[in-house]
Amino acid sequence: MALLEVNNIRKNFGKTKVLSDISFSLEEGEAISIIGSSGSGKTTLLRCLNFLEHPDGGMIRVRDEILFDGDDSRRLSDEEIRKRRLHFGLVFQNFNLFPQYTAIDNVMLAPRLAAKNSGQNRDGEIRKQAEELLVEMGLEDRMNNYPGQLSGGQQQRVAIARALALHPDILCFDEPTSALDPELTGEVLRVIRELAENHTTMIIVTHEMTFARDVADRVIFMDDGVIVEQGDAKQVIDHPREERTKQFLASYQTNG
Amino acid sequence: MFLEVTLALLGGFLSTLKLFALTLVIALPLGLIISFGSMSRIPVIRKPVKFIIWVIRGTPLMLQLILIFFGPGVIFGHQLWGGDAGGRFIAALVAFSINYACYFSEIYRGGIQSVPVGQYEAGKVLGMKNGEIFRKIVLLQVIKRIVPPMSNEIITLVKDTSLARVIAVYEIIWDSQKFIKTDGIIWPLFYTGVYYLVFNGILTLLFNYIEKKLSYFE
Ligand SMILES: Nc1ncnc2c1ncn2[C@@H]1O[C@H](COP(=O)(O)OP(=O)(O)OP(=O)(O)O)[C@@H](O)[C@H]1O
Ligand SMILES: [Mg+2]
Repeated sequence: MALLEVNNIRKNFGKTKVLSDISFSLEEGEAISIIGSSGSGKTTLLRCLNFLEHPDGGMIRVRDEILFDGDDSRRLSDEEIRKRRLHFGLVFQNFNLFPQYTAIDNVMLAPRLAAKNSGQNRDGEIRKQAEELLVEMGLEDRMNNYPGQLSGGQQQRVAIARALALHPDILCFDEPTSALDPELTGEVLRVIRELAENHTTMIIVTHEMTFARDVADRVIFMDDGVIVEQGDAKQVIDHPREERTKQFLASYQTNG
Repeated sequence: MFLEVTLALLGGFLSTLKLFALTLVIALPLGLIISFGSMSRIPVIRKPVKFIIWVIRGTPLMLQLILIFFGPGVIFGHQLWGGDAGGRFIAALVAFSINYACYFSEIYRGGIQSVPVGQYEAGKVLGMKNGEIFRKIVLLQVIKRIVPPMSNEIITLVKDTSLARVIAVYEIIWDSQKFIKTDGIIWPLFYTGVYYLVFNGILTLLFNYIEKKLSYFE
């Protein structure tokens, strides 16, 4: 059984269809890349998985737990949504670090609150984990800096550590390098590549085609709210089958 | 003479100070409640609240003072506040609190709405509860943003307390003016200005200190 199964997810904003019948699955330890032109619905899809948007229909299952079922009209409580979204982590395009906390405090905040809510004192353990994550991100000498004192690439790496600290089953990235200066994208992509090598289950929305081909196991190409083509990463990017995929990739070639 | 004036002004200043402090104690939390009302998703709450804010901010505080003090007596034929000094002070306090709560509410609203949606969303995807997001993420960012406009408004409040005299709440300017009539001297008025300057100076230092304390981020 696949770790994640997404079935016929639909989403409209008013009258505009943003997602129609999105279906795909993801195995444990697999990294999948989502590519597609602007406005094709990539962000909306990630937001649906993370319960930041409510899909209009379809089904989302992680392991044997159905997280979302469009046929079930029962309204979920805030508490249920909160539990369910913890299966996913989300790294935003513009980081969204908390400016008033240092790098390490950004990483520790949510685990600390979770421990407090369950009446445990795991402060030492949480700090140790946060330090390890930041070291892994190459930020050992930046732990006590505030986000405003960090470069974009460093901020994004803190954001990745922050998401990892909650041990999500699936980590989602929404164009993690789009807001970065070109010379800073490398350090973030390197970190994600390492995560892939360690078999972190990931969904990565990206415009970096070379990266998608080399790092992802599979690639999904979206256009206009539908999945046009999905398959082995190298196959989709080097030898696309669909005409729309070819056109999209060709526009990348010409744009550099 | 100087001692006599100083003591007289001190009495008026204490009354000014009392009105100022009590107004803050009431208007600061009341303004927060009003700001939630003005941001409510429910139109039957939001619209009347916005209307009240618009009326209060669009009319002179002087007018509101007079209306609140004399209004109940004229309309209901019953003097709500009582005619003594204590009653007049309460009436002034009510008028000031409502007026300043409305101004504060707009500052709160600006501060709350200036926190990017991404901050709330980041908290949510980290599994935080709405209350935790507000207390641990949003609140300090709001405070940082409202300190400068708040300090302006609070310094204006110090000066506005002098308006209370229209319903005969004796404050410092009232007291200093008496010396013109009784002794024919004008300098107590300048002296009064010094009281205001010193007090506002202290407040300014305090606000600068808070601003500086919060300048470590962003
Ligand atoms: N909150 C919203 N309200 C209305 N329409 C929205 C909203 N969010 C997104 N849309 C619309 O949905 C469509 C898909 O948007 P989405 O952000 O998912 O695209 P995307 O593939 O992530 O694009 P990009 O590559 O530019 O990030 C767009 O047409 C967008 O205008
Ligand atoms: Mg997007």
